[in-house]
Amino acid sequence: MTVSGSDKEGAPEQGAPARPSPSTTLDGRPRRGVSRPPLPGGRWAGDGSLAGRVVKIGLLGLFTALGVWAVLPLYLGGNWLGIGLVLAVLGLVYYVYLSKRTVPAKYLVPGVLFLMAFQILPVLYTMSTSVTNMSDGHRGDKEQAINSIESMSVTRTADSEEYALTVATTGDPETGSLVFLLTDPEGATYAGTTDGLEDLGGATVDPASGKVTEAFGYTILTPAQVNTRSDELEEFAVPTDSGAGIRSSGLSTAFEGSAVRVYDAECDCVTDTETGRVYTADDELGAFVDEEGDRLPQGWQVNVGLDNFARFLLNPSFAASFFGILVWNIVFAVSVTFLVFVVGLAVALTLHVPRMRGKVLYRILVVLPYAMSSLAMYLLWRDMFNTDFGLFNRMLGLDVDWFGTPWSARAAVILTNVWLGYPYMFLVATGALQAIPRELQQAARIDGANAWQSFRHVTLPLLMVAMTPILVAVFAFNFNNFNAVWLLTRGGPLFADNSTAGATDLLITYTYRLAFNEATAQYGYAAALSVMIFVIVSVISVVSLWRSRALKEVN
Amino acid sequence: MTASIGPTAPTRYRRTAAAGFALWVTRLGWRHAVMWLVAVFALFPVLFVVSAALNPVGTLSSAELWPTGASLGNARDLFQNTPFTTWYANSLFFALTNAAVTVLLSALAAYAFSRMRFKGRRVGLIGLLVIQMFPQFLAIVAIYLMFSTLGEYYPAIGFDTRWGLLLVYLGGALSINTWLMKGFFDTVPKELDESAQMDGATHAQVFFRIMLPLVTPVLAIVALLVFIATINEFLMASVFLRDTDSKTLGLGLYQLVASQRNANFGMFAVGAIMLSLPTLAVFWFLQRFITEGLTSGAVKG
Repeated sequence: MTVSGSDKEGAPEQGAPARPSPSTTLDGRPRRGVSRPPLPGGRWAGDGSLAGRVVKIGLLGLFTALGVWAVLPLYLGGNWLGIGLVLAVLGLVYYVYLSKRTVPAKYLVPGVLFLMAFQILPVLYTMSTSVTNMSDGHRGDKEQAINSIESMSVTRTADSEEYALTVATTGDPETGSLVFLLTDPEGATYAGTTDGLEDLGGATVDPASGKVTEAFGYTILTPAQVNTRSDELEEFAVPTDSGAGIRSSGLSTAFEGSAVRVYDAECDCVTDTETGRVYTADDELGAFVDEEGDRLPQGWQVNVGLDNFARFLLNPSFAASFFGILVWNIVFAVSVTFLVFVVGLAVALTLHVPRMRGKVLYRILVVLPYAMSSLAMYLLWRDMFNTDFGLFNRMLGLDVDWFGTPWSARAAVILTNVWLGYPYMFLVATGALQAIPRELQQAARIDGANAWQSFRHVTLPLLMVAMTPILVAVFAFNFNNFNAVWLLTRGGPLFADNSTAGATDLLITYTYRLAFNEATAQYGYAAALSVMIFVIVSVISVVSLWRSRALKEVN
Repeated sequence: MTASIGPTAPTRYRRTAAAGFALWVTRLGWRHAVMWLVAVFALFPVLFVVSAALNPVGTLSSAELWPTGASLGNARDLFQNTPFTTWYANSLFFALTNAAVTVLLSALAAYAFSRMRFKGRRVGLIGLLVIQMFPQFLAIVAIYLMFSTLGEYYPAIGFDTRWGLLLVYLGGALSINTWLMKGFFDTVPKELDESAQMDGATHAQVFFRIMLPLVTPVLAIVALLVFIATINEFLMASVFLRDTDSKTLGLGLYQLVASQRNANFGMFAVGAIMLSLPTLAVFWFLQRFITEGLTSGAVKG
């Protein structure tokens, strides 16, 4: 999708009157109606090399092939919106690269397409998710929820059909979604997922037990693997015809039974035929609720407006952990930024002398932490802080549980980040110091200022002009420094009274835990948190950029 | 600093050895002392990881700061017991591809922003700054949900594949780096590309033949920054790559010490060094650009 050297923009066409007017062609404005006399020699002006044109045609062809590849599965899935989108993008690309009036776009389109698809779109999606109750149990629409409720309540009846069961998956044996490979008494094989039952062809069946032993595209779980996922297995059901479903009984048999909980469209409610309780659909909660307020676990996604935000700001227990985390997050970012600045600047000043033996060696040694892989170094520091085997406890003869108490964990996190962060500040400060003329300091010394005064009143103000934007950037980076906390403490130690928030949690690690590391994923809340982080970072950045501009004007 | 050479011999001030030493201490000696301290602070974790990698026992509890023996047992274990080479190849694939494509996309955009005047230019430049305030990983929930759906249509870019995660990384290609590059492009005299155009070069030829060679330092810096950021990226990768064989080295190491922290530490240490080697190498080759590039990386107000 790149541009090659074949566009004829800016070069006269063969045979046509030459119009080589570089400054106007390169600025990309349309030149309609502008006629200029041909320049001498214009007819021989470059037309783009042949190789360039071949590359361009090749890339466009490749892109077209990519488009066809993208359309096929969408067509099979009947996703017309998706097809429209792909065609629109294809059309845009063709227009941009074949037209002569879209020169800037030729350079911007590749990056902007990626930006749109994988950054702006997710941001908008995050915002729209933040006003829903999306979570495990509230993922799909109402119809899916009803399907799941009915198939989950399947119980064995007298005429239940029995199947030989093999538990398999299409993905990773530990995390991939489960599939039931079933053999009915007649020997026909099926693959059952939460979406329904499909015929399974070409499977190898063990004649003795009737179980499927091999099937293309499926990984069959070993009994041990099935055991570790037995909780999931218990909740797994394959919906069949309305009101019936297939569930496992034990590890190697499954049965088809009828649903105890049945949905009735007329009253928009689910009736439990055993207990006689009636659960009515509540479209505000996205769940079926009975008269006593009990909910069925399977619900659907509904718009909840600003409830997610309100919960974080107003609900006492959530507000307490949210604001607690916010305060620590700011303290963390400020103290790490301040400390790396002080240490980095001190080292830079120490080495800021004209002649010093071993300066280059010192430099290399001091910058080394920055050149190491930070991910590995976080894990290394975590293990150095380990209570039983860690280097610190063994060397100092201590028995401190560094990550066990809030303040020692926070101190450890900050120390680690200072170690990783100061070399960057050292490099930047060295560059900035070298840009400040020595004469200024010498003049101050002659006027009677001592070393501290000349640093404080001459060097530092000049230094800050160059350093402020970098400090803002470092602050913003550390504000959302996921690795810094997650790889060291995973946000812990968790508070005793609140199992979702930890003493070293940043907002971003808290978000991650809510979305991916809890028993039930709470996407709606996590998205609302993301939006709030966005607002906080925006305010801080705008204010500080404004401040730094003000600082610039002073100079 | 230089003694004057003339008919009269320069006056020589005699200093006692003690006074000379005192002067050295106040001028340079304390600097050496401070630097020794900082160097110790900087180096001891590095020394520890090297020592642990060579440690014949290979456990965390037996690793000392100073190497107690030299053995390649940990390295052998790492290669034999884990899909180390796959992890390493994955890490390098993401880091190299992302760095290369990001540099290309960013340079293309920076060229347009620097050299052309078009409708929406200012909006585009400011928009790039604004979108920085919403870092991509904040949208991780949405990206996860998006790719759950995309992966059903296109298994080739779903979870546990290289291409899916790479696409997400490339979403961040136009970023603050584009600003950095645009600033550098602005310093190349416009007369150069104008004269090339007079000689009949197309705008693409100007870009590839004239501009790119002149802005190599900034390309190198952006490549370095993206390379380092990608090889250390954890959050996105942990959401996308869950299958053992699709993991990056960083994820693999995390998994290695997550369960068996004490016993696997020697293997982890070897892996940590291996993960740092590419970064160290890139640093070594690009060191002359680093200070300059980092300083000019500041957002100019």
